[in-house]
Amino acid sequence: MIARTGLGALGVALAAYGAWLLVTRESDLVDVATWLVAGAVLHDVVLVPVVLVLGAAATRWLPWAARGPAAVGLVVLGSATLFAVPVLGRFGAREDNPTLLDRDYTAGWFVLTGLVLVGVLAATLVRARAQARRVGEGSNTRSG
Amino acid sequence: MRAPAPEDFTSRLHGPALAARVGPALGVCFAICFLTGLLSHYAQQPSQPVPFPTSPAWGYRLTQGLHVVTGTVAVPLLLVKLWTVYPRLFDRPSRLDVRPLVVTALERLSVLVLVASAVFMLATGLANSAQWYPWSFSFRTTHYAVAWVAVGSLVLHVGIKLAIVRDELRRPLEREERPSVLSRRGLLRSTWLAAGVAALATAGQAVPWLREVSVLGVRSGDGPQGLPVNKSAAAAGVTAAATASGWALTVVHGDRSLRLTRDELLALEQRTEDLPIACVEGWSASGTWTGVRVRDLLDRVGAPRGSDVVVRSLQESGPYRTTVLQAGFADDDRTLVALALGGEPLALDHGYPARLIAPDRPGVLQTKWLDRLEVEA
Repeated sequence: MIARTGLGALGVALAAYGAWLLVTRESDLVDVATWLVAGAVLHDVVLVPVVLVLGAAATRWLPWAARGPAAVGLVVLGSATLFAVPVLGRFGAREDNPTLLDRDYTAGWFVLTGLVLVGVLAATLVRARAQARRVGEGSNTRSG
Repeated sequence: MRAPAPEDFTSRLHGPALAARVGPALGVCFAICFLTGLLSHYAQQPSQPVPFPTSPAWGYRLTQGLHVVTGTVAVPLLLVKLWTVYPRLFDRPSRLDVRPLVVTALERLSVLVLVASAVFMLATGLANSAQWYPWSFSFRTTHYAVAWVAVGSLVLHVGIKLAIVRDELRRPLEREERPSVLSRRGLLRSTWLAAGVAALATAGQAVPWLREVSVLGVRSGDGPQGLPVNKSAAAAGVTAAATASGWALTVVHGDRSLRLTRDELLALEQRTEDLPIACVEGWSASGTWTGVRVRDLLDRVGAPRGSDVVVRSLQESGPYRTTVLQAGFADDDRTLVALALGGEPLALDHGYPARLIAPDRPGVLQTKWLDRLEVEA
Protein backbone atom coordinates (compact mmCIF):
# COMPACT_ATOMS: atom_id res chain seq x y z
CA MET A 1 0.00 0.00 0.00
CA ILE A 2 2.89 2.34 0.81
CA ALA A 3 4.53 1.48 -2.51
CA ARG A 4 1.24 2.18 -4.28
CA THR A 5 0.72 5.54 -2.64
CA GLY A 6 4.36 6.48 -3.17
CA LEU A 7 4.27 5.60 -6.86
CA GLY A 8 0.95 7.38 -7.25
CA ALA A 9 2.23 10.59 -5.66
CA LEU A 10 5.49 10.47 -7.63
CA GLY A 11 3.58 9.90 -10.87
CA VAL A 12 1.24 12.82 -10.28
CA ALA A 13 4.20 15.08 -9.46
CA LEU A 14 6.14 14.09 -12.61
CA ALA A 15 3.09 14.54 -14.84
CA ALA A 16 2.29 17.89 -13.24
CA TYR A 17 5.86 19.04 -13.92
CA GLY A 18 5.44 18.03 -17.58
CA ALA A 19 2.16 19.91 -17.82
CA TRP A 20 3.80 22.99 -16.29
CA LEU A 21 6.69 22.75 -18.77
CA LEU A 22 4.22 22.49 -21.61
CA VAL A 23 2.07 25.43 -20.54
CA THR A 24 4.99 27.75 -19.75
CA ARG A 25 7.33 26.94 -22.64
CA GLU A 26 5.15 26.01 -25.59
CA SER A 27 3.01 28.69 -27.22
CA ASP A 28 1.03 26.56 -29.65
CA LEU A 29 -0.99 24.59 -27.11
CA VAL A 30 -4.01 24.15 -29.37
CA ASP A 31 -1.89 22.23 -31.87
CA VAL A 32 -0.36 20.12 -29.07
CA ALA A 33 -3.84 19.31 -27.70
CA THR A 34 -5.07 18.41 -31.18
CA TRP A 35 -2.21 15.94 -31.64
CA LEU A 36 -2.65 14.48 -28.16
CA VAL A 37 -6.36 13.85 -28.66
CA ALA A 38 -6.05 12.78 -32.30
CA GLY A 39 -3.60 9.98 -31.50
CA ALA A 40 -5.78 8.41 -28.83
CA VAL A 41 -8.97 8.83 -30.88
CA LEU A 42 -7.43 7.39 -34.07
CA HIS A 43 -6.29 4.38 -32.08
CA ASP A 44 -9.53 3.76 -30.19
CA VAL A 45 -12.04 4.64 -32.92
CA VAL A 46 -10.28 3.63 -36.13
CA LEU A 47 -7.36 1.24 -35.62
CA VAL A 48 -8.82 -1.18 -33.07
CA PRO A 49 -12.25 -1.45 -34.75
CA VAL A 50 -10.49 -2.26 -38.04
CA VAL A 51 -8.49 -5.03 -36.34
CA LEU A 52 -11.66 -6.33 -34.63
CA VAL A 53 -13.40 -6.55 -38.01
CA LEU A 54 -10.38 -8.32 -39.51
CA GLY A 55 -10.44 -10.78 -36.60
CA ALA A 56 -14.15 -11.47 -37.10
CA ALA A 57 -13.61 -11.93 -40.83
CA ALA A 58 -10.71 -14.33 -40.21
CA THR A 59 -12.80 -16.46 -37.84
CA ARG A 60 -15.56 -16.64 -40.40
CA TRP A 61 -13.72 -17.14 -43.68
CA LEU A 62 -10.20 -18.38 -43.06
CA PRO A 63 -9.62 -22.10 -42.48
CA TRP A 64 -8.50 -22.81 -38.94
CA ALA A 65 -4.93 -23.65 -39.92
CA ALA A 66 -4.44 -20.21 -41.49
CA ARG A 67 -5.94 -18.06 -38.73
CA GLY A 68 -3.13 -18.16 -36.19
CA PRO A 69 -0.36 -17.52 -38.74
CA ALA A 70 -2.42 -14.70 -40.31
CA ALA A 71 -2.83 -13.07 -36.90
CA VAL A 72 0.93 -13.27 -36.26
CA GLY A 73 1.51 -11.76 -39.70
CA LEU A 74 -0.91 -8.93 -38.94
CA VAL A 75 0.82 -8.07 -35.65
CA VAL A 76 4.27 -8.00 -37.30
CA LEU A 77 3.38 -6.32 -40.58
CA GLY A 78 0.69 -4.02 -39.18
CA SER A 79 2.94 -2.49 -36.56
CA ALA A 80 5.90 -2.25 -38.99
CA THR A 81 3.69 -0.45 -41.52
CA LEU A 82 2.49 1.99 -38.88
CA PHE A 83 5.94 2.96 -37.61
CA ALA A 84 7.19 3.18 -41.20
CA VAL A 85 4.55 5.74 -42.27
CA PRO A 86 7.04 8.67 -42.09
CA VAL A 87 9.62 6.91 -44.27
CA LEU A 88 7.12 5.26 -46.65
CA GLY A 89 5.51 8.64 -47.31
CA ARG A 90 8.95 10.33 -47.58
CA PHE A 91 7.26 13.45 -46.18
CA GLY A 92 10.55 14.85 -44.84
CA ALA A 93 12.55 14.25 -48.03
CA ARG A 94 14.53 17.23 -49.33
CA GLU A 95 15.92 17.86 -52.80
CA ASP A 96 19.12 19.33 -51.38
CA ASN A 97 19.92 16.35 -49.15
CA PRO A 98 20.02 12.97 -50.91
CA THR A 99 21.41 11.25 -47.78
CA LEU A 100 18.11 11.70 -45.93
CA LEU A 101 15.51 8.96 -46.50
CA ASP A 102 17.92 7.46 -49.03
CA ARG A 103 16.51 3.95 -49.19
CA ASP A 104 13.83 2.54 -51.45
CA TYR A 105 11.33 2.16 -48.61
CA THR A 106 8.53 0.85 -50.81
CA ALA A 107 10.78 -1.98 -52.00
CA GLY A 108 11.88 -2.60 -48.40
CA TRP A 109 8.27 -2.80 -47.29
CA PHE A 110 7.44 -5.26 -50.09
CA VAL A 111 10.40 -7.44 -49.13
CA LEU A 112 9.21 -7.44 -45.50
CA THR A 113 5.65 -8.19 -46.64
CA GLY A 114 6.93 -11.02 -48.85
CA LEU A 115 8.86 -12.57 -45.96
CA VAL A 116 5.83 -12.33 -43.69
CA LEU A 117 3.57 -13.91 -46.34
CA VAL A 118 6.03 -16.77 -46.89
CA GLY A 119 6.11 -17.31 -43.12
CA VAL A 120 2.32 -17.25 -42.86
CA LEU A 121 1.92 -19.71 -45.76
CA ALA A 122 4.57 -22.08 -44.43
CA ALA A 123 3.05 -22.09 -40.94
CA THR A 124 -0.43 -22.63 -42.41
CA LEU A 125 0.75 -25.66 -44.42
CA VAL A 126 2.50 -27.18 -41.40
CA ARG A 127 -0.61 -26.69 -39.26
CA ALA A 128 -2.93 -28.06 -41.96
CA ARG A 129 -0.78 -31.20 -42.27
CA ALA A 130 -0.69 -31.72 -38.52
CA GLN A 131 -4.45 -31.30 -38.48
CA ALA A 132 -4.93 -33.83 -41.29
CA ARG A 133 -2.71 -36.31 -39.47
CA ARG A 134 -4.77 -35.94 -36.31
CA VAL A 135 -7.97 -36.48 -38.30
CA GLY A 136 -6.34 -39.54 -39.90
CA GLU A 137 -5.53 -40.93 -36.49
CA GLY A 138 -9.17 -40.43 -35.58
CA SER A 139 -8.31 -38.75 -32.34
CA ASN A 140 -9.39 -35.31 -33.33
CA THR A 141 -12.43 -33.50 -32.05
CA ARG A 142 -12.87 -30.88 -34.70
CA SER A 143 -13.93 -27.51 -33.59
CA GLY A 144 -14.20 -23.90 -34.77
CA MET B 1 -27.52 0.39 -31.79
CA ARG B 2 -26.15 0.41 -28.24
CA ALA B 3 -22.57 1.11 -27.22
CA PRO B 4 -20.53 -2.03 -26.63
CA ALA B 5 -19.93 -3.28 -23.09
CA PRO B 6 -16.77 -5.02 -21.84
CA GLU B 7 -18.65 -8.37 -21.83
CA ASP B 8 -19.12 -8.11 -25.61
CA PHE B 9 -15.41 -8.72 -26.14
CA THR B 10 -15.18 -12.49 -25.82
CA SER B 11 -11.66 -13.02 -27.17
CA ARG B 12 -9.24 -14.53 -24.68
CA LEU B 13 -6.64 -12.14 -26.08
CA HIS B 14 -8.10 -9.31 -24.02
CA GLY B 15 -7.55 -9.22 -20.29
CA PRO B 16 -5.00 -8.82 -17.52
CA ALA B 17 -3.09 -12.07 -18.18
CA LEU B 18 -1.56 -10.59 -21.34
CA ALA B 19 -1.61 -6.95 -20.21
CA ALA B 20 0.56 -7.92 -17.21
CA ARG B 21 3.08 -9.56 -19.54
CA VAL B 22 3.33 -6.98 -22.33
CA GLY B 23 3.02 -4.02 -19.95
CA PRO B 24 6.36 -4.48 -18.15
CA ALA B 25 8.25 -4.80 -21.45
CA LEU B 26 6.61 -1.61 -22.69
CA GLY B 27 7.44 0.04 -19.37
CA VAL B 28 11.12 -0.87 -19.80
CA CYS B 29 11.10 0.65 -23.33
CA PHE B 30 9.53 3.86 -22.03
CA ALA B 31 12.02 4.02 -19.16
CA ILE B 32 14.97 3.66 -21.58
CA CYS B 33 13.45 6.27 -23.90
CA PHE B 34 12.87 8.66 -21.01
CA LEU B 35 16.34 8.35 -19.48
CA THR B 36 18.21 8.54 -22.79
CA GLY B 37 15.96 11.46 -23.78
CA LEU B 38 16.76 13.34 -20.57
CA LEU B 39 20.44 12.75 -21.24
CA SER B 40 20.13 14.08 -24.78
CA HIS B 41 18.20 17.11 -23.58
CA TYR B 42 20.89 17.84 -21.00
CA ALA B 43 23.66 17.39 -23.58
CA GLN B 44 22.06 20.22 -25.58
CA GLN B 45 21.89 22.67 -22.67
CA PRO B 46 24.37 25.53 -23.18
CA SER B 47 25.02 25.72 -19.44
CA GLN B 48 25.80 22.42 -17.71
CA PRO B 49 26.29 22.54 -13.91
CA VAL B 50 27.54 18.94 -14.11
CA PRO B 51 29.89 18.78 -17.11
CA PHE B 52 28.70 16.35 -19.80
CA PRO B 53 31.35 13.61 -20.12
CA THR B 54 33.55 13.55 -23.23
CA SER B 55 34.24 9.81 -22.91
CA PRO B 56 33.47 7.34 -24.22
CA ALA B 57 33.38 9.08 -27.60
CA TRP B 58 30.54 6.73 -28.66
CA GLY B 59 28.45 7.38 -25.53
CA TYR B 60 25.91 9.69 -27.14
CA ARG B 61 25.86 7.51 -30.24
CA LEU B 62 24.81 4.59 -28.06
CA THR B 63 22.24 6.40 -25.91
CA GLN B 64 20.56 8.23 -28.78
CA GLY B 65 20.59 5.14 -31.01
CA LEU B 66 18.90 3.28 -28.13
CA HIS B 67 16.42 6.12 -27.70
CA VAL B 68 15.12 5.85 -31.24
CA VAL B 69 15.29 2.05 -31.53
CA THR B 70 13.45 1.45 -28.24
CA GLY B 71 10.88 4.05 -29.30
CA THR B 72 10.32 2.11 -32.53
CA VAL B 73 10.19 -1.22 -30.68
CA ALA B 74 7.59 0.32 -28.36
CA VAL B 75 5.15 0.67 -31.29
CA PRO B 76 4.13 -3.02 -31.49
CA LEU B 77 4.33 -3.34 -27.69
CA LEU B 78 2.00 -0.36 -27.17
CA LEU B 79 -0.44 -1.55 -29.84
CA VAL B 80 -0.70 -5.04 -28.31
CA LYS B 81 -0.86 -3.66 -24.77
CA LEU B 82 -3.76 -1.37 -25.70
CA TRP B 83 -5.45 -4.28 -27.50
CA THR B 84 -5.34 -6.44 -24.38
CA VAL B 85 -7.15 -3.78 -22.31
CA TYR B 86 -9.38 -2.31 -25.03
CA PRO B 87 -12.72 -3.63 -23.59
CA ARG B 88 -12.08 -1.58 -20.45
CA LEU B 89 -12.71 1.51 -22.57
CA PHE B 90 -16.40 0.61 -22.32
CA ASP B 91 -16.49 0.04 -18.56
CA ARG B 92 -19.47 1.65 -16.91
CA PRO B 93 -19.09 2.37 -13.22
CA SER B 94 -21.88 1.18 -10.98
CA ARG B 95 -23.78 4.08 -9.46
CA LEU B 96 -23.91 2.74 -5.92
CA ASP B 97 -21.36 4.83 -4.12
CA VAL B 98 -19.84 8.24 -4.71
CA ARG B 99 -16.31 7.52 -3.46
CA PRO B 100 -15.52 4.62 -5.83
CA LEU B 101 -17.08 6.72 -8.59
CA VAL B 102 -14.61 9.56 -7.97
CA VAL B 103 -11.69 7.13 -7.72
CA THR B 104 -12.76 5.41 -10.93
CA ALA B 105 -13.12 8.74 -12.73
CA LEU B 106 -9.61 9.79 -11.65
CA GLU B 107 -8.14 6.46 -12.63
CA ARG B 108 -9.75 6.63 -16.06
CA LEU B 109 -8.53 10.17 -16.52
CA SER B 110 -4.98 9.00 -15.75
CA VAL B 111 -5.31 6.20 -18.30
CA LEU B 112 -6.56 8.68 -20.90
CA VAL B 113 -3.56 10.94 -20.23
CA LEU B 114 -1.22 7.94 -20.41
CA VAL B 115 -2.61 6.65 -23.71
CA ALA B 116 -2.73 10.10 -25.33
CA SER B 117 0.80 11.05 -24.22
CA ALA B 118 2.28 7.63 -25.09
CA VAL B 119 0.85 7.67 -28.62
CA PHE B 120 1.94 11.31 -28.96
CA MET B 121 5.53 10.54 -27.93
CA LEU B 122 5.90 7.67 -30.41
CA ALA B 123 4.18 9.49 -33.28
CA THR B 124 6.12 12.76 -32.91
CA GLY B 125 9.42 10.95 -32.27
CA LEU B 126 9.09 8.75 -35.35
CA ALA B 127 8.10 11.70 -37.55
CA ASN B 128 11.02 13.74 -36.24
CA SER B 129 13.49 10.94 -36.95
CA ALA B 130 12.41 11.20 -40.61
CA GLN B 131 12.60 15.04 -40.44
CA TRP B 132 8.84 15.31 -40.98
CA TYR B 133 7.16 18.11 -39.05
CA PRO B 134 3.43 18.15 -39.83
CA TRP B 135 2.67 20.39 -36.82
CA SER B 136 3.27 23.97 -35.77
CA PHE B 137 4.53 23.43 -32.18
CA SER B 138 8.22 23.23 -31.31
CA PHE B 139 9.22 19.57 -31.47
CA ARG B 140 11.99 19.75 -28.91
CA THR B 141 10.02 21.66 -26.25
CA THR B 142 6.88 19.59 -26.66
CA HIS B 143 8.48 16.14 -26.97
CA TYR B 144 10.41 16.94 -23.78
CA ALA B 145 7.43 18.29 -21.79
CA VAL B 146 5.02 15.52 -22.84
CA ALA B 147 7.71 12.94 -21.94
CA TRP B 148 7.34 13.99 -18.28
CA VAL B 149 3.56 13.72 -18.58
CA ALA B 150 3.85 10.25 -20.15
CA VAL B 151 6.31 8.95 -17.57
CA GLY B 152 4.37 10.51 -14.70
CA SER B 153 1.09 8.92 -15.76
CA LEU B 154 2.98 5.66 -16.36
CA VAL B 155 4.39 5.66 -12.81
CA LEU B 156 0.91 6.38 -11.45
CA HIS B 157 -0.50 3.56 -13.60
CA VAL B 158 2.14 1.13 -12.31
CA GLY B 159 1.20 2.14 -8.76
CA ILE B 160 -2.47 1.39 -9.44
CA LYS B 161 -1.88 -1.91 -11.26
CA LEU B 162 1.10 -3.32 -9.35
CA ALA B 163 -0.95 -5.84 -7.35
CA ILE B 164 -2.77 -7.12 -10.46
CA VAL B 165 0.49 -7.55 -12.36
CA ARG B 166 2.02 -9.46 -9.43
CA ASP B 167 -0.97 -11.79 -9.19
CA GLU B 168 -1.08 -12.40 -12.93
CA LEU B 169 2.63 -13.15 -13.22
CA ARG B 170 2.31 -15.79 -10.47
CA ARG B 171 -0.16 -17.70 -12.66
CA PRO B 172 1.49 -19.30 -15.69
CA LEU B 173 -0.31 -18.91 -19.03
CA GLU B 174 -2.22 -22.14 -19.64
CA ARG B 175 -1.86 -24.14 -22.84
CA GLU B 176 -4.79 -23.76 -25.22
CA GLU B 177 -5.42 -26.78 -27.44
CA ARG B 178 -7.29 -25.23 -30.34
CA PRO B 179 -7.62 -21.46 -30.03
CA SER B 180 -10.16 -19.98 -32.45
CA VAL B 181 -7.56 -17.57 -33.85
CA LEU B 182 -4.49 -17.24 -31.64
CA SER B 183 -3.67 -18.51 -28.16
CA ARG B 184 -2.49 -16.13 -25.46
CA ARG B 185 0.99 -17.61 -25.74
CA GLY B 186 0.72 -17.14 -29.50
CA LEU B 187 -0.09 -13.43 -29.20
CA LEU B 188 2.73 -12.99 -26.71
CA ARG B 189 5.22 -14.62 -29.08
CA SER B 190 3.91 -12.54 -31.99
CA THR B 191 4.46 -9.41 -29.92
CA TRP B 192 8.09 -10.29 -29.20
CA LEU B 193 8.56 -11.18 -32.88
CA ALA B 194 7.09 -7.84 -34.00
CA ALA B 195 9.33 -6.03 -31.51
CA GLY B 196 12.38 -7.87 -32.87
CA VAL B 197 11.42 -7.07 -36.46
CA ALA B 198 10.98 -3.39 -35.51
CA ALA B 199 14.48 -3.34 -34.01
CA LEU B 200 16.11 -5.09 -36.98
CA ALA B 201 14.24 -3.00 -39.55
CA THR B 202 15.56 0.29 -38.13
CA ALA B 203 18.69 -0.27 -36.00
CA GLY B 204 20.97 -0.18 -39.07
CA GLN B 205 20.69 3.62 -39.03
CA ALA B 206 23.06 3.46 -36.05
CA VAL B 207 24.63 -0.02 -36.21
CA PRO B 208 26.78 -0.39 -39.35
CA TRP B 209 26.62 -4.20 -39.61
CA LEU B 210 22.80 -4.10 -39.59
CA ARG B 211 22.61 -1.65 -42.51
CA GLU B 212 21.70 -4.29 -45.07
CA VAL B 213 18.71 -5.61 -43.12
CA SER B 214 17.38 -2.29 -41.82
CA VAL B 215 15.15 -1.63 -44.82
CA LEU B 216 13.08 0.95 -42.90
CA GLY B 217 15.98 2.95 -41.38
CA VAL B 218 15.92 6.71 -42.01
CA ARG B 219 19.50 6.62 -43.37
CA SER B 220 21.46 3.99 -45.22
CA GLY B 221 24.64 5.44 -43.69
CA ASP B 222 25.95 6.55 -47.08
CA GLY B 223 26.73 10.07 -48.20
CA PRO B 224 29.51 12.28 -49.47
CA GLN B 225 32.82 10.93 -48.10
CA GLY B 226 30.93 7.96 -46.66
CA LEU B 227 28.89 9.93 -44.14
CA PRO B 228 25.23 11.08 -44.14
CA VAL B 229 24.38 14.78 -44.01
CA ASN B 230 21.81 16.23 -41.62
CA LYS B 231 21.54 19.70 -43.12
CA SER B 232 22.99 20.62 -46.49
CA ALA B 233 24.92 23.81 -47.24
CA ALA B 234 22.10 24.85 -49.57
CA ALA B 235 19.47 24.40 -46.84
CA ALA B 236 21.61 26.37 -44.39
CA GLY B 237 22.11 29.11 -46.99
CA VAL B 238 25.89 29.16 -46.58
CA THR B 239 27.13 28.05 -50.00
CA ALA B 240 28.38 31.51 -51.04
CA ALA B 241 29.96 32.38 -47.68
CA ALA B 242 31.59 28.96 -47.27
CA THR B 243 33.21 28.99 -50.71
CA ALA B 244 34.27 32.67 -50.63
CA SER B 245 38.01 33.12 -51.16
CA GLY B 246 38.32 35.51 -48.23
CA TRP B 247 37.15 33.00 -45.62
CA ALA B 248 39.09 32.87 -42.38
CA LEU B 249 38.41 31.44 -38.94
CA THR B 250 38.43 34.02 -36.16
CA VAL B 251 39.56 32.92 -32.68
CA VAL B 252 38.96 35.48 -29.94
CA HIS B 253 39.91 35.64 -26.27
CA GLY B 254 39.31 39.05 -24.65
CA ASP B 255 41.37 41.54 -26.63
CA ARG B 256 43.53 38.87 -28.29
CA SER B 257 42.32 37.57 -31.60
CA LEU B 258 43.54 35.51 -34.49
CA ARG B 259 42.39 35.16 -38.08
CA LEU B 260 43.40 31.98 -39.86
CA THR B 261 42.70 31.15 -43.50
CA ARG B 262 42.20 27.54 -44.49
CA ASP B 263 45.79 27.35 -45.75
CA GLU B 264 47.08 28.78 -42.48
CA LEU B 265 45.01 26.23 -40.55
CA LEU B 266 46.43 23.46 -42.76
CA ALA B 267 49.94 24.70 -41.98
CA LEU B 268 49.40 24.12 -38.24
CA GLU B 269 49.98 20.71 -36.65
CA GLN B 270 47.32 18.34 -38.01
CA ARG B 271 45.72 15.64 -35.86
CA THR B 272 43.56 12.73 -36.95
CA GLU B 273 40.73 11.30 -34.83
CA ASP B 274 38.06 8.65 -35.41
CA LEU B 275 34.87 10.18 -34.06
CA PRO B 276 31.18 9.51 -34.69
CA ILE B 277 28.53 11.95 -35.84
CA ALA B 278 25.51 10.94 -33.74
CA CYS B 279 22.34 12.78 -34.59
CA VAL B 280 19.45 13.42 -32.18
CA GLU B 281 17.30 11.72 -34.81
CA GLY B 282 18.97 8.42 -33.94
CA TRP B 283 21.26 7.79 -36.92
CA SER B 284 25.00 7.78 -36.47
CA ALA B 285 28.15 7.01 -38.42
CA SER B 286 31.84 7.14 -37.71
CA GLY B 287 34.34 9.26 -39.63
CA THR B 288 38.10 9.82 -39.68
CA TRP B 289 38.62 13.54 -39.19
CA THR B 290 41.81 15.52 -39.67
CA GLY B 291 42.38 19.08 -38.56
CA VAL B 292 43.69 21.36 -35.85
CA ARG B 293 43.15 20.57 -32.19
CA VAL B 294 40.81 23.19 -30.70
CA ARG B 295 42.99 23.39 -27.58
CA ASP B 296 46.02 24.31 -29.75
CA LEU B 297 44.04 27.27 -31.18
CA LEU B 298 42.88 28.35 -27.73
CA ASP B 299 46.49 28.25 -26.50
CA ARG B 300 47.45 30.62 -29.32
CA VAL B 301 45.11 33.29 -27.93
CA GLY B 302 46.14 32.55 -24.34
CA ALA B 303 42.79 31.10 -23.22
CA PRO B 304 43.15 29.30 -19.87
CA ARG B 305 41.97 25.71 -19.57
CA GLY B 306 38.45 25.40 -18.19
CA SER B 307 36.99 28.09 -20.48
CA ASP B 308 33.72 27.66 -22.37
CA VAL B 309 33.88 28.63 -26.03
CA VAL B 310 31.08 30.20 -28.07
CA VAL B 311 31.11 28.65 -31.54
CA ARG B 312 29.54 30.53 -34.43
CA SER B 313 28.68 29.21 -37.84
CA LEU B 314 28.44 31.06 -41.15
CA GLN B 315 24.71 30.28 -41.06
CA GLU B 316 22.64 33.46 -41.05
CA SER B 317 19.94 32.00 -38.83
CA GLY B 318 18.72 28.84 -37.14
CA PRO B 319 18.82 27.64 -33.53
CA TYR B 320 22.30 26.15 -33.89
CA ARG B 321 23.97 29.17 -35.52
CA THR B 322 25.66 29.90 -32.19
CA THR B 323 26.40 27.11 -29.72
CA VAL B 324 28.49 26.70 -26.60
CA LEU B 325 31.43 24.31 -26.56
CA GLN B 326 31.75 23.57 -22.87
CA ALA B 327 35.21 23.61 -21.29
CA GLY B 328 35.33 19.82 -20.97
CA PHE B 329 34.99 19.45 -24.75
CA ALA B 330 37.17 22.46 -25.60
CA ASP B 331 40.02 21.02 -23.53
CA ASP B 332 39.67 17.45 -24.81
CA ASP B 333 42.57 16.49 -27.07
CA ARG B 334 40.20 14.81 -29.56
CA THR B 335 38.16 17.95 -30.21
CA LEU B 336 39.17 19.33 -33.61
CA VAL B 337 38.52 22.09 -36.06
CA ALA B 338 38.25 19.51 -38.83
CA LEU B 339 39.48 20.35 -42.32
CA ALA B 340 39.40 16.89 -43.86
CA LEU B 341 37.25 13.77 -43.67
CA GLY B 342 38.55 10.36 -44.70
CA GLY B 343 41.76 11.97 -45.98
CA GLU B 344 39.98 14.34 -48.41
CA PRO B 345 39.16 18.01 -47.97
CA LEU B 346 35.84 18.33 -46.14
CA ALA B 347 32.83 18.23 -48.49
CA LEU B 348 30.74 21.41 -48.54
CA ASP B 349 27.78 19.57 -47.00
CA HIS B 350 30.02 18.30 -44.19
CA GLY B 351 31.04 21.83 -43.23
CA TYR B 352 33.78 23.07 -45.63
CA PRO B 353 35.93 25.06 -45.09
CA ALA B 354 36.10 23.93 -41.44
CA ARG B 355 33.82 22.30 -38.87
CA LEU B 356 33.86 21.38 -35.25
CA ILE B 357 34.05 17.71 -34.23
CA ALA B 358 34.14 16.61 -30.59
CA PRO B 359 33.70 13.24 -28.85
CA ASP B 360 30.38 12.20 -27.23
CA ARG B 361 28.28 15.14 -28.47
CA PRO B 362 24.91 15.49 -30.20
CA GLY B 363 25.39 16.01 -33.94
CA VAL B 364 23.52 19.34 -33.96
CA LEU B 365 26.32 20.77 -31.80
CA GLN B 366 29.09 19.64 -34.16
CA THR B 367 28.96 23.04 -35.83
CA LYS B 368 29.62 23.13 -39.58
CA TRP B 369 30.89 26.05 -41.72
CA LEU B 370 32.79 27.58 -38.81
CA ASP B 371 33.10 31.35 -38.64
CA ARG B 372 34.31 32.18 -35.15
CA LEU B 373 35.45 30.69 -31.84
CA GLU B 374 35.13 33.10 -28.96
CA VAL B 375 36.37 32.20 -25.49
CA GLU B 376 33.89 33.23 -22.80
CA ALA B 377 35.27 35.53 -20.15
